[in-house]
Amino acid sequence: MKKLVMVCSMAALLLCSATMALASGTIKIGGLFSVTGPASFLGEPEKKTLEMLVADLNAKGGINGQKLEAVIYDTAGDATKAVQLATKLIRNDKVVAIIGPSTTGESMAVLALTEKEKIPLISCAAGIKITEPVKDRKWTFKTPANDHVAVEKILQYAEKQKQKNLAIMTVTDGFGSSGREQLKAVAAQKGFTIVADETYGPKDTDMTPQLTKIRGSQAQALIVWGTNPGPAIITKNIKQLGIKLPVYMSHGVASKKYIELASPAAAEGIMLPTGKLAIYEVLPKNDPQYKLLKEYDAAYRKAHGVEASTFGGYAYDAFLLVTNAIKTKGATPAQIRDGLEQTQKLVSVSGIFNMSATDHNGLDLSAFEMVRITKGDWALLK
Amino acid sequence: MELSHQLLQYLLSGLSTGAIYALIGIGFSIIYNATGIINFAQGEFVMLGGMMTLFLLEALHLPLWAAVPLAVCIVTLVGLGFERLAIRPLRNASPISLVIITIGGAILIRGLAMLIWDKDTHAIPPFSGDEPIMLAGATLLPQHLWILGITVVLISLNKWFFNHTISGKAMRACSYNPRAAGLVGVDVRRMVLLSFMISAAMGSLAGIIVAPLTMTAYDVGIMLGLKGFCAAIIGGMSSGLSTVIGGLILGVLESMGAGLISSGYKDAIAFIILLLILFIRPQGLFGKPESERV
Repeated sequence: MKKLVMVCSMAALLLCSATMALASGTIKIGGLFSVTGPASFLGEPEKKTLEMLVADLNAKGGINGQKLEAVIYDTAGDATKAVQLATKLIRNDKVVAIIGPSTTGESMAVLALTEKEKIPLISCAAGIKITEPVKDRKWTFKTPANDHVAVEKILQYAEKQKQKNLAIMTVTDGFGSSGREQLKAVAAQKGFTIVADETYGPKDTDMTPQLTKIRGSQAQALIVWGTNPGPAIITKNIKQLGIKLPVYMSHGVASKKYIELASPAAAEGIMLPTGKLAIYEVLPKNDPQYKLLKEYDAAYRKAHGVEASTFGGYAYDAFLLVTNAIKTKGATPAQIRDGLEQTQKLVSVSGIFNMSATDHNGLDLSAFEMVRITKGDWALLK
Repeated sequence: MELSHQLLQYLLSGLSTGAIYALIGIGFSIIYNATGIINFAQGEFVMLGGMMTLFLLEALHLPLWAAVPLAVCIVTLVGLGFERLAIRPLRNASPISLVIITIGGAILIRGLAMLIWDKDTHAIPPFSGDEPIMLAGATLLPQHLWILGITVVLISLNKWFFNHTISGKAMRACSYNPRAAGLVGVDVRRMVLLSFMISAAMGSLAGIIVAPLTMTAYDVGIMLGLKGFCAAIIGGMSSGLSTVIGGLILGVLESMGAGLISSGYKDAIAFIILLLILFIRPQGLFGKPESERV
């Protein structure tokens, strides 16, 4: 008898909570960001951006008359933890889609789960393996452009300058080795010769030996692939050695911080591909992304006192993709997935997204601009 | 580009990096000789030097000539505090516990630096411009001359202190035999405290003079600390010339290795040397098995 009462009351409780959820009409999305730990420079702006956008959307009356709620967890950059938290998001919080994780490693671990559970995952990490092969990634999307887009952008420009012999210098971490692979592959495809292939450690403090070797080679241009502080040190070393080669950097240093670290004098003339957020001030006013980028930067500065970063932009893209899918298709996981895959001409921070059944990233070469550093500022290259 | 010019460039680059390793390495040896432990927080003193100078320059707008000595003083106080709070209360603990405590202290200092300042990398302006100086086909920056100059001055001061002052001689006595030194009236605990202060001061100065070239951040101490440790091992944990030579050898081999063999093996070179020395000549490259270790 006692048991029966308990079961009944449990059932009643469950029913209550279920109807409550329906009545309140909230759409729950999940967020997995590495807010602390080694990748916190990614996760922190992503979390802040998502929170800001959700609050903003709800203040404006929500989406299709429903409020949006973001349940955000910190993965600390740990893949195991990310999977546990993803399970929690799906089982306990009953989210309809997940934004994140911040790094490629975590995304690869989480996507195995979300593919099985049929929950759309919009990763904020760049690794090409996250969305390739697309036939095994039915529920997985990502917002940062593939590394090879940046590589192609550089090589396209180098081709125009008739620089045939290239020296490359890449950092020995995930970003650098992916860049090195892509650089070698695309360079071979386009008929470039790589005459010097040097690497450096992420914590190295002096790269003059590698640069001296490159100076002694037949290179006509140097491509450096890394994130700060390495490229800033290399820039200083290049000036010290008086190397006159044209130098390209990766999109990994596309922020004013790099110019400040390397000093404007040493960074003068360096060329790099960059997403448009970092350089929206020098974009033509009729650029389709201009207005959105300006508003995002202003809102982020107002809320957090620092400039908006490309990384926060990845979460912005994911948010816009999800809300756009909900608006056009509906708020169940399957509807969101279809909506995501059919996204067309969605103007966002990282570029203009055109998804398809064969492309779950949706960005092309137009996501990047080539810029040249001139007097401590960006100048567009045509 | 002739090979001889390249070699000269590798040599100069190696010497200036090696000078920094030497300064950090001497910090390790001084504490080792006074206490018998390896202080793994040495790298954090280096980081604190750079970050503190940056803080004084940017937040308090002090001129460089005032910020540098002040930063060294503050870090010396941190070294003093570290010894009083973390090492002295456990004076009778085994060396292994103390070593673990220094690792804990290092993580704590790094974490605090990250919270107090931030996670970004910062640049400190060079002491006297950044116009390269040509030298027989190779180039140097004025900052390299500062590094080499300050290293020479510090090492001479160090030598003088240990050979010609009462405190220095007392510290050497402690390193030979702490009990005997205590019996003849040397305050061993004070000498241990002093060793932490000197190491912190040297470490911080190394961190400051290298920051204009390599930038600084809350986590630069780990790698620099390890390299300094290698230098000290090559030098057989002596706080004299052999650690300096150890640091220079390490710097030059790294730079030559990166330039002539492959840059991918740069760090591997340092650690292979470390392992070889530990296996084959644990007393250091120049030491005799029972040598003077001050």
